[in-house]
Amino acid sequence: MTLSQQIITIIMVVFGTVLTRFLPFLVFPAGKPTPKYVKYLGTVLPSAVFGLLIVYSLKDTQLLASPHGIPEAISLALVIALHLWKRNMLLSIAGGTICYMLLVQFIF
Amino acid sequence: MSKKEVILNSFKAAFPLTLPIFAGFWFLGITYGVTMTSNGFSFLYPLLMSITIFAGSMEFVAANMLLAAFDPLSAFVMTLMVNARHLFYGISMLDKYRGHGAKTIYLIYGMCDESFSINYTAKIPPGCDSGQFMFFITLLNHLYWVTGAAIGGIFGSFVTFNTEGLDFVMVAMFAVIFMEQWLKEKNHTSSLSGIFLSLACLFLFGRDGFIIPSMLVILLSLTLLRGKLDETEAAK
Repeated sequence: MTLSQQIITIIMVVFGTVLTRFLPFLVFPAGKPTPKYVKYLGTVLPSAVFGLLIVYSLKDTQLLASPHGIPEAISLALVIALHLWKRNMLLSIAGGTICYMLLVQFIF
Repeated sequence: MSKKEVILNSFKAAFPLTLPIFAGFWFLGITYGVTMTSNGFSFLYPLLMSITIFAGSMEFVAANMLLAAFDPLSAFVMTLMVNARHLFYGISMLDKYRGHGAKTIYLIYGMCDESFSINYTAKIPPGCDSGQFMFFITLLNHLYWVTGAAIGGIFGSFVTFNTEGLDFVMVAMFAVIFMEQWLKEKNHTSSLSGIFLSLACLFLFGRDGFIIPSMLVILLSLTLLRGKLDETEAAK
């Protein structure tokens, strides 16, 4: 690729990304009332999206090959336990991450 | 309270919430910068791409595009597919992101997975301005990502500290955000459908093509369940 072809490619990616972020705000402008169905989606979608993001961030986990997702399962269980116990975001996240790093570096 | 105090309060409330993202973005950003320079690009590429695109997974995809034959149309279509989930974020943030003047534009421009998740769920403490708070969350995340990518591009080969597994910080953060939402809501249908429908799509379509099918079945099931779920909303 020449430099200008690279610049055009990057501009296309920037434009595509910006479009996915701005589109809902352009389609449902501030001045007009947002359709009830879209408002409903705005209230129920986030819960599902957070679930999707967990699956998305774990998508590269190897289930069929060793270590079969065991470090992920243990660390995720620790995150949940810590969070139910203390409900401190930073503690739950740091605890789970350190646990995962120790598991993949020293045990699995 | 003076305007300065409100800005300072908003920053103080926002900063601690971004610390996990700092860890995750530096790890991923440095990895990205190293990937780019090891493919023969100058550090200016990861630097400028992280500023302008600011969508982590898409930037890794874009790195591969730059190494392939010139095809701007499929670059554009591919971007729409990888980033389609932003549409759901926008629909959820229509009210929260509006009405903050020029900051609104930046909030939407910088709406990555992490900024959306924090800005949607955070309880903004008294003495803060919500627009200012969300602006700092978005800006700090953006800065972490850009500095990570630049450091990776410039100093990448000198990183010797064993960081294997640090990327789990993102999984942990999404899990905690999911739990916060779970503990707050009365009806868990949407949370459960997000987990199980995405898992089903992951097994059916594989890791490279499951996002769009997941979004479609989530949208479909929430639409079909509207009669039931909308009532629970109204009963609150």
